Amino acid sequence: MGRETCTLPAPAAMADSHSGLDRPRKPQDKAYPPMAASYFDVDGTLVSTNLVHPTVFYMMRQPTPLHSLAKLGRAALRAPMLALAEMQDRRLFNELLFASYDGMSEDRLLTLAGEAFDTVIKPNIYPGARELVRTCKDKGHEVVLVSGALDFLMHLLADHLGGCDVIANKLEMKDRFATGKLLRPVVAGPEKAKLVRDHAREKGHDLDACFAYSDSYSDVPMLSIVGNPAAVNPDRKLQLLASTYHWPIIRLDRAA
Amino acid sequence: MSHPCVVTIDSRSAPRTLFYGDQLMDVDLPTGTRVVYPKPPLAALKDVDAAIRYAINHPYNSEPLYALLKPGMKVTIAVDDISLPLPPMRRPDIRERVTTIVLDLLADHGVDDVEIIIATSFHRRMKEREIRHILGDRIVDRFWPKKLYNHDAEAPDGLTHIGETDHGEIVEINRRAADSDLIVYVNLNFVPMDGGHKSVSVGLCGYKSLMAHHNPKTMRNCHSYMDPAASELNTSVVRMGRVLNEKKRVFTIETTVNNRMFDRPLDFLAKNEDDLSQAERAALRALKLTLDKTPQSLRQAVFERVPSPYGVTGVFAGETEAVHEHTLKRGYDQYLVPVVGQADILVSGVPYISPYNVNSFLNPLLVQVMANGYLFNLYKGAPMLKKGGTMIVLHPCTDKFDNEHHAPYIEFVHRLLPETRDAMELHRRYEKKFASNPAYIEMYRKGHAYHPAHAFFMWYWGEAGRQHVGRMIVVGADNEYIPKLLGWETARTMDEALRMARTTAPPRPEILALHVAPMMMVEMFAEKPLKSLPGTSEPPPSYR
Repeated sequence: MGRETCTLPAPAAMADSHSGLDRPRKPQDKAYPPMAASYFDVDGTLVSTNLVHPTVFYMMRQPTPLHSLAKLGRAALRAPMLALAEMQDRRLFNELLFASYDGMSEDRLLTLAGEAFDTVIKPNIYPGARELVRTCKDKGHEVVLVSGALDFLMHLLADHLGGCDVIANKLEMKDRFATGKLLRPVVAGPEKAKLVRDHAREKGHDLDACFAYSDSYSDVPMLSIVGNPAAVNPDRKLQLLASTYHWPIIRLDRAA
Repeated sequence: MSHPCVVTIDSRSAPRTLFYGDQLMDVDLPTGTRVVYPKPPLAALKDVDAAIRYAINHPYNSEPLYALLKPGMKVTIAVDDISLPLPPMRRPDIRERVTTIVLDLLADHGVDDVEIIIATSFHRRMKEREIRHILGDRIVDRFWPKKLYNHDAEAPDGLTHIGETDHGEIVEINRRAADSDLIVYVNLNFVPMDGGHKSVSVGLCGYKSLMAHHNPKTMRNCHSYMDPAASELNTSVVRMGRVLNEKKRVFTIETTVNNRMFDRPLDFLAKNEDDLSQAERAALRALKLTLDKTPQSLRQAVFERVPSPYGVTGVFAGETEAVHEHTLKRGYDQYLVPVVGQADILVSGVPYISPYNVNSFLNPLLVQVMANGYLFNLYKGAPMLKKGGTMIVLHPCTDKFDNEHHAPYIEFVHRLLPETRDAMELHRRYEKKFASNPAYIEMYRKGHAYHPAHAFFMWYWGEAGRQHVGRMIVVGADNEYIPKLLGWETARTMDEALRMARTTAPPRPEILALHVAPMMMVEMFAEKPLKSLPGTSEPPPSYR
């Protein structure tokens, strides 16, 4: 499965200490039941990189320069297909992109993960991302990263941000080597909405009380199933949609 | 004989021209209606810089500012944000002039650890160009953004607990200010509810402090906000300010401006319509026609770009309460128009601007604040309107919000008001959760949105008015939905509104109309006067 879970905060941390709101929930409190989870898209939302950057990093660090060249060459040949897939179907794009990992050993992927995170992801975390995640945690939310990126990189980011749960893609392994395929379900587009719904159900969160953050129009399904969606550094289509529906629009990509 | 600023309508009177948002509306008011006009602007100080220097060298109940300074000390200058005056003051803003002189004095005394904080409290962060407007290029170029910045009431570890009042009110302020050896507050006093202890203990505080007084219970007991002695909000703020001033050295500088809101070509807007010259009548007609034919966005853009030529009428410095006493007196000198006899029906236009929509649109929640909060409260003494009377306001009530500045307001109006208009219930059920929405907090901290709790405060701000006013009728609303959400009735014309109001008013109702803007206030005497009123030959009355 493409989901990984780590320890959840203790129930006490989730409680709301504000007077008048920590009493037992009544039916008329439906608009604002106790806080639940904040689901964050990652690429473009919390970090300025996308799925391609770490993939290129790995392709350039093959056992030999020739291997790297071959990988990059094959990727270059797939570039038009990737561009087309990006426009048509996020899931297809992810599957085509992650085919580049075919033949890489699990050991190598994990050994290079720290360097990939430090080199590619960490310097590109938006200045306000950490504070936004911290605010969510301070308000008692369970923070969940929901990303099409690979799970081992997302766990490093989750640790770095103080996040605690990750829903991310996982590579299929055979004899400890990547097959270039993704385990089902692939985390992308509408599938994210289903995964978020399943996560909320499993953890007992009320989706009406949950928050979701994304930069991309492709995440509208995920944003639409929670009670409190927000557009972060939105693309043009999402910006229009967010303005129409009066969703909060946040800019983490600009200094305050 | 009534005050010269109170005009009684007779059968020959011209229609009154009242603000209808960012347009003007001509209304015929019944014979016998008393229309209250603003007083003429007080004379401005001739040498403002000299007045500033005199004030800080001859302060009230305090040593002069220079005597409080020591080389190497840490000083924080806090400054009022651009929410006042309305519209913004033509440059140089008085805050720039005061701050410049204070900074020169600090430099002369070897004080170089200086930071300037815009005391925004839960208001939106001012943009650089707005700060430039109030503090000038020289100060902004030198201090922005490291040593000149907006207060952040949600910054982690950004607040310091100072203490508690004997009523359990928590006093906490901006950490930098709390860590300073001296806080200098630079205020621009536009209405009597500004300034005093409110400057530091509200302008630089956090949610815990605001909750002590920005709640419906306290707001209900303000009669009015503009009369600090009769305002429970002010009483609470004074208690907190005293705790603060016992622990921290605060040097307060307050300034007052006159009510010259419109420059010469438009100053006829403040005049009695019967006294307009032919040229002024033509200009008024032309202005009205132009506004009617101009798209709303353009009208807003034009109004935003025209600052007001206010004149500075006073500069007072020293210990907070001693200073504020003088400030209030000067403000009342400018604004108070004595009127005898409360009204059964109160009429007022709602202008295009409030303290909370500088450079943005006056959205429905703010229209409510203007009507129930500000216009209703423009009194000292007895309320202008008898308890249970009808208030008639003019505004389109357009369902439009600024997505950047007022994002939380939208959800408040469209998601919470349909649930309930009861301020107590909103406070109890929704405020804390709404106020902890991370997306809105991010927009407040890093964007330019008001804090999510501010939407609730805006509703509470109308609470005293809502409790007092029997019916609110809005004339000229462009939709039925928003007035209904606010609990208001609608009328297409003033005649219709007056007919509706008369159905619940006594026979031959007393009608009072406010001719705002410019800014003014009514000193309402409910009973028959015994000695002469200020500015008239009549005897003065007793309150209530």
